Amino acid sequence: MELRPLTKITIYSILSVAALFWLLPVLWVVISALKTNTDLYSYPPKLWPDPLTFEHFKAAFSKGNFGLYFKNSTIVTLSSTILLLLINSMAGFALAKYRFRGSSIILIGFISTLMIPIEVIMIPIFKVLSALGMYNSMLAIIIPPAATPTGVFLMRQYLLTVPDELLEAARMDGAGEWRIYWSIILPIAKPILAVLAIFSFMWRWDDFLWPLIAISDPAKYTIQLALSNFIGEYSVDWGSLLAMSVITMIPVLIVFLVFQRYFVNGMITSGMKG
Amino acid sequence: MSGGQSLNRKKQTGQTRKLAIAPYLFILPNLLIFGVFIVIPSLLGLYYSFHVYDGLNPMKFNGLGNYIKIIGDKEFWSTIGRTGIYAAIVVPLIYAVALGIAMLLAREIRMRGFFRAIFYWPTMISFIIVGLTWKWIFGDSFGILNHMLSVIGVEPVGFLTSPFWANAAVIIATVWSRAGFFMVIFIAGLQAIPTDYYEAARLDGATGIKVFRHITLPLLKPTSLLVFMLALIDAFKAFPLMFALTGGGPGKETTYIVQYIYEIGFTKQELGLASAMSVMLFVIIGGFSALQFRMSKGGAV
Repeated sequence: MELRPLTKITIYSILSVAALFWLLPVLWVVISALKTNTDLYSYPPKLWPDPLTFEHFKAAFSKGNFGLYFKNSTIVTLSSTILLLLINSMAGFALAKYRFRGSSIILIGFISTLMIPIEVIMIPIFKVLSALGMYNSMLAIIIPPAATPTGVFLMRQYLLTVPDELLEAARMDGAGEWRIYWSIILPIAKPILAVLAIFSFMWRWDDFLWPLIAISDPAKYTIQLALSNFIGEYSVDWGSLLAMSVITMIPVLIVFLVFQRYFVNGMITSGMKG
Repeated sequence: MSGGQSLNRKKQTGQTRKLAIAPYLFILPNLLIFGVFIVIPSLLGLYYSFHVYDGLNPMKFNGLGNYIKIIGDKEFWSTIGRTGIYAAIVVPLIYAVALGIAMLLAREIRMRGFFRAIFYWPTMISFIIVGLTWKWIFGDSFGILNHMLSVIGVEPVGFLTSPFWANAAVIIATVWSRAGFFMVIFIAGLQAIPTDYYEAARLDGATGIKVFRHITLPLLKPTSLLVFMLALIDAFKAFPLMFALTGGGPGKETTYIVQYIYEIGFTKQELGLASAMSVMLFVIIGGFSALQFRMSKGGAV
């Protein structure tokens, strides 16, 4: 339908004002991170950095040990995501394409764990990690969060659409079950794997609670943990903090821009965060 | 001939056996991790909640002692109350903002993708960064907001030091960071409404607000319920954002239930008591989820 010009103007005005409100906070952080320390704390604040400087970005890496935290976060995010894709697609495949005793109980069990927020079991999780000797190790933030009910459920729903005849034909040709999973199912599941990969990247990169429960050694901090620790310090070095915030946002921004298409669709099909 | 047959049968039983074991093997890694890190901790938490336990000394059975203690703990209830008030303000706000933007962006307008991206983008940023970002804006001596107020002649406001404004700051930051997520869910719901409904309404001469009240809103009910419940559950789990923005202060003014449980459990080392509080939080969240499940039956997104 064609909108009347007046309606159009109203819509664009409201949207523009709202968009400005959504854009400005991040923009202000980015601008501030590029200021010299004198400008940063000068009042009234300068709206534009002059001179423009990257000193805070350099300082973040040299002084704040930020390079280490960045590396830790990268390792955790990438390995947890690969693990998640592998085991969730395996479980989703089993639940979608085999008939076996206990399958519906397992599926209901997986889904009902969605109801248990990690927040309410953080203390026992801490005890379990300690008992297993995993406390204070990177494995503690890589392995446990990789088994997500959301992931298993999305995989299952997607793989239900794969025709059984395809698997039967492969079996006739002598393909084993693992072979079927690896060379038939995985290629078919590429779109949903992409969606899950994006979700997992975001969940792990942004995660605060798991590292907070599982890690105490500063050498193993992830970025989010390190940042929260910086804020707690007596005198906050805003210059480095702002620069670190900007650097931390960049990988998420890249993933967002590259996979935007998948994002909105993935959000629509799952509607979940967790 | 008979040899070939038996060979064939052997091959078949071998294949059936493989088919019987395969699904269990495929599901095993997930099941194992779920069992160890979700199921066992959940049961352990319930077990701890009936004990006095500091994590070091052997635990002592305490019956319902922790629960009785919680009932008498004023701070627990004021934390729950604060979380409830926060939820009661933040959920309708997020609902209205997300639906409003979704309605504007569901139309065929230019730059739709661009606007969607702008509103969705904060959803991708971690709560720690969201908290830091707004702290930089609300800050007393360096915040841009106080400067902008001074330009129009308003006295500086202690955004993070006054109880009222600290809560307002937390709410603004929450809406900013979560509205985009729910906007996408609403857009999906709006797109699912068949256009003939609107066309029929227009033929009947219905105006904008009437169409919204009698067509859009009723048909959007399942989506609305989902958004409402997800936002509510989110609100009861709020913690990292406040941790970064206000640190829970001034005083305990923005300390919500999860932060309180964390402090009791990890700072004060009262694991049994904190576990009992977690059980109570789970009952609250579980209650809302069950409610949502019942109300949304029959209507999927």
